[in-house]
Amino acid sequence: MNLANQQLILLAIFLPLIASIFIAFSDKKPNLREGISLIASLSLLATVLSLLPSVLAGEQPSIVLLEIVPGLPITFELEPLGMLFACVAALLWPVNTLYSIGYMRGNKEKHQTRFYVCFAIALSSTMGIAMAGNLLTLFICYEILTLSTYPLVTHKGNEDAKKAGRVYLGILLSTSIGFFLLAILWTWHLTGTLDFKAGGILSGKVAGPELIILLFLFMYGIGKAAMMPIHRWLPAAMVAPTPVSALLHAVAVVKAGVFSVVKIVVYIFGLDTLKLSAGADWILWLAGFTIITASIIALQQDNLKRRLAYSTISQLSYVILAVFILAPLSTVGAALHIAAHAFGKITLFFAAGSIYTAAHKTNISQLNGIGYRMPWTMSAFTVGAISMIGLPPTAGFLSKWYMLMGAFQEQQMVAVLIIIASTLLNAAYFIPIIYAAWFKQPAQDDNAAHGEAPWAIVMALMITASLTLLLFVFPDIPLQLAMSLIGGNP
Amino acid sequence: MIESHLSLLIVALPLLAAPIVAVLPNGRMPWAFSTLVSWAVFAMACLQLINVSTGNVISYELGGWAPPWGIEYRIDAANALVALIVAGIAAVTLPYALKSVEKEIPQQQHSLFYAAFMLCFTGLLGITLTGDIFNLFVFLEISSLSSYALISLGKQRQALTAAYQYLIMGTIGATFFIIGVGLLYAMTGTLNMVDLAQRLPELYEHRTIQTAFAFIMVGFALKLALFPLHLWLPNAYTYAPTVVTVFLAATATKVAVYVMLRVVFSVFGFTFIEDTPTDELFIILCIAGILMMSFYAIYQHDAKRLLAYSSVAQIGYMMIGIGLGSALGITATLVHLFNHALMKGALFMAIGAIVYQIGSSRIEDFSGLGKKMPWTFAAIVVGGLSLIGVPGTAGFISKWYLILAAIEQQHWLIVVVILLGSLLAVIYVWKLVEALYFKPATESSKTVSVQEAPLMLLIPTWLLVLANVYFGFNTELTVGTAETAIQLLLPGTNK
Repeated sequence: MNLANQQLILLAIFLPLIASIFIAFSDKKPNLREGISLIASLSLLATVLSLLPSVLAGEQPSIVLLEIVPGLPITFELEPLGMLFACVAALLWPVNTLYSIGYMRGNKEKHQTRFYVCFAIALSSTMGIAMAGNLLTLFICYEILTLSTYPLVTHKGNEDAKKAGRVYLGILLSTSIGFFLLAILWTWHLTGTLDFKAGGILSGKVAGPELIILLFLFMYGIGKAAMMPIHRWLPAAMVAPTPVSALLHAVAVVKAGVFSVVKIVVYIFGLDTLKLSAGADWILWLAGFTIITASIIALQQDNLKRRLAYSTISQLSYVILAVFILAPLSTVGAALHIAAHAFGKITLFFAAGSIYTAAHKTNISQLNGIGYRMPWTMSAFTVGAISMIGLPPTAGFLSKWYMLMGAFQEQQMVAVLIIIASTLLNAAYFIPIIYAAWFKQPAQDDNAAHGEAPWAIVMALMITASLTLLLFVFPDIPLQLAMSLIGGNP
Repeated sequence: MIESHLSLLIVALPLLAAPIVAVLPNGRMPWAFSTLVSWAVFAMACLQLINVSTGNVISYELGGWAPPWGIEYRIDAANALVALIVAGIAAVTLPYALKSVEKEIPQQQHSLFYAAFMLCFTGLLGITLTGDIFNLFVFLEISSLSSYALISLGKQRQALTAAYQYLIMGTIGATFFIIGVGLLYAMTGTLNMVDLAQRLPELYEHRTIQTAFAFIMVGFALKLALFPLHLWLPNAYTYAPTVVTVFLAATATKVAVYVMLRVVFSVFGFTFIEDTPTDELFIILCIAGILMMSFYAIYQHDAKRLLAYSSVAQIGYMMIGIGLGSALGITATLVHLFNHALMKGALFMAIGAIVYQIGSSRIEDFSGLGKKMPWTFAAIVVGGLSLIGVPGTAGFISKWYLILAAIEQQHWLIVVVILLGSLLAVIYVWKLVEALYFKPATESSKTVSVQEAPLMLLIPTWLLVLANVYFGFNTELTVGTAETAIQLLLPGTNK
């Protein structure tokens, strides 16, 4: 098969969309429905991977779909960072589908067809975000992602789900319409273009307080990046079934947020423009504040998924912090962290869902001694946790290493201190779980006899845990993509 | 032959059809005949828009009398677009009407109902296409009188008071308008709009002209329900038969907005407006209207009334474009005029489908219907998203141009209000969504055995829903035509 890159881009975006139609029509046949999901996710992976060689060779394939407003088309362009994000999402979708099959069947969830349909649409819009060629395209896909994940968050359809759905949609829609759209329109007014260009389209067009306001509109418009105080939608989204929390609220949705942040900083503002502005420092501080505060809140959570959610908030702000250090090396760290955190966090969520399916436990205080009943799950959990803390031999070490190098290069000692302090905090909220699981005796009244979760779940979490380790051992491809983001050499 | 008389035929065809429909026997004949007429008119409106889309102007002399003495129909891109939306909505509403009217209106009144509908249709088209300001008044009365009758046919008894209220307010509006026209005629001696535009500039300082302008503005502000002159609208939309609500909500106020646009930019000229406080007044009233009416919408218990208040707020968006007076502003007005007709049409149709099934438009009766009527529910969601202005829908294009127009003039307050209005729209749209989806179905007799609405209701609804999506991606028709229109409305601007 030798399709042109342009067709491959379109395929990557529309394949999940077409799959969602087929899934919708196989409502009454679960095996067929899930078979289609698996095939679609594997074909998407193949599509994305077949785009990889040409991007690694330095090409930036692009395609114009249609012109919405005169002079402003929907266009897709694949640059290195987008490639990295697309690879991560496409790689984890098949794994997550496998996991979903185990989880949704194991828990006898209702409305499974709707679940798989929305999932496919969400993946389609994620691809759209990764490959967006201008801000308008990015924004359209960003909103579709919000809306397509709403039915997933409110999957249970009860009062809790409704309330969580309100917070989710309320925050994500109001920030994106209120701030993000305004920032985009303002940029369009100032520059007459919304394309992503190396060096930034805003350089020389805006300065002083206006630049700071615009920067804040962008940063707080992208609610998916969950910088405090607009982070509350993420813990709220945890009412969703675990596969949703795993792929969407640890990978696709939140990474779409920080991915947009990185893209806007690098291609819309440009690192050099931001260096001249005090606004960048403020965002750096806010991100640092979010990292520390979210970690402290995570420390106090007993519900496992909520602790993971706050950990995600903190980890997302790492990416923002790293990119606002404004050093090329820390930008590499930011890009790598998008991948590293994705693999680690999805593993942790998989483990949480696995425990829920097998043992029906949701709280950390119930996990004493569970490691011996569910050895695979808890081993994977341990790997994920180590990656979150940022220790070798896991992917998390790699990204933190580049962030710290960048911070030293720019003499940003505040950033260095924040990274070190939060590493300690990460350890403080993950190590007790690992300790309890492996070394504490189960409580007296805990006589529930359960073993491992279904094989589909175990297999999925072993794959992601291995990926976390593999990324440390073979970091070449993501590293090369991240390096070409900043122009090849640090 | 037909080509050259196209502009007249568009108005004359439904006018001639009205008496024929009235004498047709009750049954399906009146419906079938009106539907065919509306389709024919729609086809002609399409043809007409193609003819003027290059930027030329069609001038049709009625009865061969040359203007300014005879009545002139003057068609350019702006009113061809409005005529298209009026005809288009009629062509979609009438197929929908069959089932809905059978349920809501007694059989013996059917032929009269469709006759009144045709008259209203005639009136709206006439207002749109005429180039003579007195002729405009005549058509205004035709459309108003027939719509009073149509509204009063509503099932509930409140429909009568709603129609009466509208009658009083509408008559005051029409009277104000005709007083203004009279004063203009007294000063200039002409009723032709082009002629007026030539004679008015030297009289700009004259008190009588300014008074005439004020009368016309207030008169039409009443017709288009500009806040705070909107009081007739919520009742009328709530109690009118569903089909009437769909048609009027999607067309009547739009036509009135178009008249504003025409009077402000073509007849008087924006230079005159800028010397008066009109543009500032528009902006202030629109801001207040958008915010207050959106808040009102949130607290409504009746779905039709909720959408009615939302309509008043949306009219604010259209008028803000006029108030800004720039090329971008007018583009926003024309685009939103078109798009809002699509979204409100779709939403009222979807609500109408629910009313058809359960006989109530109270939101508390909607519990759990989302699962029983999935297609109707989906239509409400997409229509609602368009109302909010989510990208990928027509509403987004409107918001895009409105905000751009406000940013261009550094009018940050308007920017904030438009964005805030969108967020309030999220709240009231989601009120509907949550009621339909999350509330468990009550065991009341109304909703126990509800099924999906019949296809005759669903297909027209979904046509409009899909149009909402289509015009969210393809703006050649809306934005393209608006930009052609601007060349004529604002001569001298290069965009």
